[in-house]
Amino acid sequence: MRSLRNISWLAGKELRTLWRDLLLLLLVFYSFGPGMYVESIAAGETISKTAVAFVDEDNSALSRSLQTALYPPWFLPPRTIEASQIDPMMDWGEVIFAVVVPRGFEMDIRSGRPVALQINIDATKTQQAAIGTGYLTAILTQEVQRFAAQQDLVSVPAVELVVRRSFNPSGNNVWFAAIGGLLNSLSMLTIVLVGAALIREREHGTIEHLLLMPVTAIEIALAKIVANGGVILIAFTFSLFIIVEGALGIPFAGSQTLLLMGTAIYIFAAGAIGLLLGTLARTMAQFALLIMLVIMPMMILSGGMTPVESQPAWLQPITWLLPSRHYMSFAEAIFYRGAGLDLIWTEFLWTFVLGAATLMLSLIIFRRSVTGG
Amino acid sequence: MASHSAPVVRVRNVTHRYGSVVALEDVTLDFPSGRMLGLIGPDGVGKSTLLGLLAGARKMQVGEITVLGGSMAKARHRAEVFSRAAYMPQGLGKNLYMELSVAENLDFFARLYGHDAAERRRRMDRLLRATGLDPFPDRPAGKLSGGMKQKLGLCCALIHDPDFLILDEPTTGVDPLARRQFWNLIDEIRADRPQMSVLVSTAYMEEAERFEWLVAMDAGHILASGAPGELRAQTGTEDLESAYVSLLPPEKRGSETGLHILPRPSLGGSPAIVARGLTRRFGDFTAVRDVSFEIERGEIFGFLGSNGCGKTTTMKMLTGLLPASEGEAWLFGEPVDATNIETRKRVGFMSQNFSLWGELTVRQNLMLHARLFHLPTEEIGPRIAALLAQFGLEAHADAISASLPLGLRQRLSLACAIIHGPDMLILDEPTSGVDPVARDEFWALLVDLSRRDEVTIFLSTHFMNEAMRCDRISLMHAGEVLVYDTPQNLAREEGSSSLEETFIRYIEGAIGQAEGETAPAPALAKEPATTSISLGPRLGRLFAVSRRELLEVMRDPVRLAFAFLGSMILMLMFAYGISSDIEDLTFAAFDQDHTPESRAYIANFQGSPTFVEQAPVTSIDQLEERMAAGAISLALEIPRGFGRAVTTGAPSRVAAWIDGANTMRAATIEGYVQGAHATFLTQRAVAAGVGDLARPIVEMEPRYRYNPGFESLYSMAPSIPAILLMLFPAILMAVSIAREREIGTITNFHVTPTGRLEYLLGKQLPYVGIGFVNWLILTLMTILLFGVPLTGSALALALGAVVYVYAATGFGMLVAVFTRSQVAAVFATMILAMLPTVQFSGLLQPVSTLEGAARVMGQLWPTNYFMQMSVGAFNKGLGFGELAINILLIAAFAPASVGIATFFLRKQER
Repeated sequence: MRSLRNISWLAGKELRTLWRDLLLLLLVFYSFGPGMYVESIAAGETISKTAVAFVDEDNSALSRSLQTALYPPWFLPPRTIEASQIDPMMDWGEVIFAVVVPRGFEMDIRSGRPVALQINIDATKTQQAAIGTGYLTAILTQEVQRFAAQQDLVSVPAVELVVRRSFNPSGNNVWFAAIGGLLNSLSMLTIVLVGAALIREREHGTIEHLLLMPVTAIEIALAKIVANGGVILIAFTFSLFIIVEGALGIPFAGSQTLLLMGTAIYIFAAGAIGLLLGTLARTMAQFALLIMLVIMPMMILSGGMTPVESQPAWLQPITWLLPSRHYMSFAEAIFYRGAGLDLIWTEFLWTFVLGAATLMLSLIIFRRSVTGG
Repeated sequence: MASHSAPVVRVRNVTHRYGSVVALEDVTLDFPSGRMLGLIGPDGVGKSTLLGLLAGARKMQVGEITVLGGSMAKARHRAEVFSRAAYMPQGLGKNLYMELSVAENLDFFARLYGHDAAERRRRMDRLLRATGLDPFPDRPAGKLSGGMKQKLGLCCALIHDPDFLILDEPTTGVDPLARRQFWNLIDEIRADRPQMSVLVSTAYMEEAERFEWLVAMDAGHILASGAPGELRAQTGTEDLESAYVSLLPPEKRGSETGLHILPRPSLGGSPAIVARGLTRRFGDFTAVRDVSFEIERGEIFGFLGSNGCGKTTTMKMLTGLLPASEGEAWLFGEPVDATNIETRKRVGFMSQNFSLWGELTVRQNLMLHARLFHLPTEEIGPRIAALLAQFGLEAHADAISASLPLGLRQRLSLACAIIHGPDMLILDEPTSGVDPVARDEFWALLVDLSRRDEVTIFLSTHFMNEAMRCDRISLMHAGEVLVYDTPQNLAREEGSSSLEETFIRYIEGAIGQAEGETAPAPALAKEPATTSISLGPRLGRLFAVSRRELLEVMRDPVRLAFAFLGSMILMLMFAYGISSDIEDLTFAAFDQDHTPESRAYIANFQGSPTFVEQAPVTSIDQLEERMAAGAISLALEIPRGFGRAVTTGAPSRVAAWIDGANTMRAATIEGYVQGAHATFLTQRAVAAGVGDLARPIVEMEPRYRYNPGFESLYSMAPSIPAILLMLFPAILMAVSIAREREIGTITNFHVTPTGRLEYLLGKQLPYVGIGFVNWLILTLMTILLFGVPLTGSALALALGAVVYVYAATGFGMLVAVFTRSQVAAVFATMILAMLPTVQFSGLLQPVSTLEGAARVMGQLWPTNYFMQMSVGAFNKGLGFGELAINILLIAAFAPASVGIATFFLRKQER
């Protein structure tokens, strides 16, 4: 009880301090407001505006209809080029795909002779190439089939495949990017604000002053997380309702309350990381570099950029230690799949356990750093 | 050269404000030249502001200032003043680079003034000998004692033989012996260069007697000026401290009665504080050695010593903040224990610099202390009201405490320390920088607490006259207590006429002849200056700044290690971690058919490395539930009658349910399912002997170029350096500039002839070097560790890397110029750079396919162009000709950002 009161007084002080640091508040607003919006909108469709070139050696009705089958927003209107241009254009990165329609293509289809379309793929753009190849193949095949069916050349296959995408039927990438964006802002700002609050207090010498009062280190630490985390949680809520649901119009499958609950737990874990880094670093320069070392993996390996399943086996246990990976996992579940607490409570728990462990570690190191090692 | 008759400085109607606070108000004044000039007054009266304006470090607001015969409003004349005057800012070694050695510090200043190697050597030797620093040319400035730091600061200021030397409180916080040596040094220098004017500010009134001509200041006004004798005569006082007090307006003079200290009644009982053999070591450095004392209840005990002699460390051990390496301490008969909350309630603590929460108001500070000390709620209000009245803070109760003058902050700090009615007060230099009147008032409060409330007071100070007021004092030097007794006894000791002299004799005894005053300084005769300039002054200064920055970075191995190891670790994580190669996806079958055909269909998925089969699904509800839980990312629903349909050709539908939450993964899965489905149909058709019919009418021949194995790693490895080489150099650069501003060495840029561009480009150079080495490391990792050969032009890529790191550091510079603190600089750089670098530069999604503002941001950000280059050189084997255009594009960013930064970097402080 006394502890709770101490924490609330200290948190009140933190809030007053933060309120006077206008630049940090502006950065919070930028990250959860315009920054987040721009980032989400940027993603567009799973593939969009893909540049395709055609080397049309056939110049038939069919070859032309293949080109018109590709249209925005997934594909830019294809350009027709000479075979000799393929190499330079791909070198320059102007097109990701170059399709070669061989001479006599339509004729061969009509007469049922085996015929092939060559697709050159810029495989350095891995993700676009992988997904785009699938789309391109399917569209071109359909177009040829349609042509063939019109000519009564083939029959429709008996067994049909129906693909049902759950949760995000149109495969709209903005949905996915939005969650990733929220998570990135959460991680970065919580760590930064909490760590900076600690470092600021150490620079001004008030941390020692506090330690000589009848308050414990854990109360000081929790007050920092509560105050700074509270501000972040408010910014997050604003972003969730105004930007994600409002401006981006993303439907929310699950319970907002549950997501906010999980977010609060995550903020605790991220705040603990901020404290840990703030105690470890001796100078601001070191703190900055430490933050980079921690935040970047948290952002990139959370599963928000590329799937966790794609990580090599040796890396997965390491990324399991990142609270951001657990956040991504339960946020996705609540946001899109409408999962309830019964399905995701383990992720909540792990996030909390990781946070608590980090907090303990930072308290131990904190004791040592104040007392000069 | 200024003639002796003309004043060295003329100040006319100068007013200076910081926001709404007036630091100087309508000051008009002449300083005669060739003299030893003093500026006296406590902290916060405008001394430093005036000196800063004279040195050209601050930008003038209102009025006219003429220094060395020209107006300081003119940039051209300022440039001349920079090379003819020298300025040493307030604070121990504030113009020094603490990581650099004594010789390196001097060398840097000598280079700034364009002296060649021989000339530098000669000047440095001369100054080091004169100051007695010559035995320690290789000791880092940060490891010098306070007095030695000030001597080194003086050497740096004298390196270019200035005609006008401005010293801002050079002896504050320095022990009396070092102070005496410092003044002797100044006298010697003046004897050699009589035409030089020296202007010194000080808060020690007893020092003011040395000056030939004095200016007394208070609250932004000049109180009086003249020779010390004239001031004493004018006020009819014995010493300058009294003279100063009587010059103050009547309402500020305080009580006329002066301070009376009642003799301390002997309270008896056990001592309040006992220390036995306290020793504290930091690594191989012993900060405090074998300190013992006993302090009785109600006693005022003074701890006397210079900055860095171990006073604060001892106090921290008493409070339990620092565990002692050896020895023990007891408070009220109980061993000191940092975890004992109950002892903390009996102790009040006031640390150096009055560590209050500056952003809270006076009342809020008191309230927070009251609450944290768990005063009963109903008592808090009356207690705060009483303290505000007792300490004269009522008028300021709702003012932000950081905005208060030092004297008021000091009183507030004491009020906070005693709010819970402690039995003991530990005060670390509670009066440093506070004016004499406020100091007396403060002492009256202390005496009251000690004599009336029997509070034990343990305080540290470096003022001798304060020491005389204590019941007992101990002299501390270099971590050891030299002596402890009543001040009266010490002052009366054989051969001394004052406490100060006793103190000096003890210090001399302690250090022997080892580091004491060295042989009489050799003549400082000005040798003919051969200011030979080899590189041109601008380039010379630029390289001087670079050299110094590089040395500083090299002295911070942690920062260096992070910069290199950090990017290597991140490179590893990203190269392996960012992968769109899909493996081990979970899938489950919902087989309602249970025929050999349906099992064959599922087998297509079971055998693939892409999928890992989970327990079969038994109902649609269960399917949805498991997908919602994220347990499966693909479910295959095979309807009843599928097997028959396959063999007879009757229509049937297989449904593939895909978890669409992660859109990228979903798209990949969909592609795979389509493929597997087609394969199954073909196999069936061939098996049924109708292969011809099922044969696809058109064959697709994908040709994966540049990356035949179509592995993420192959194209990811060359992409990642583009990200790391943006973020690391930008942040390092931003911190380096913001740090100079925060610790104050930026003054060296303000008051030396260093130009803005010289300063920025000079500081940038080492970080470009670090960035380039980093690129080399990352490139070697790409080739050797990830096995991606560099097929294109290595030269072009290296050139691109240099230009790119220039652009990255340029961005860091730009942010640092616009931010005030290191915290702000770091976070603004990080948050602003993160999005365009990681998300909008084509790492996962090509820039051309981005939507909205992101696309523009991506195109305006250099990362995009370097990433293209790197992938082009590694994967596509592009040559110099093809990569040159990207180098040019990146090259456009560097001058743009450096240009803007230069434009907005202020050569003078506000």
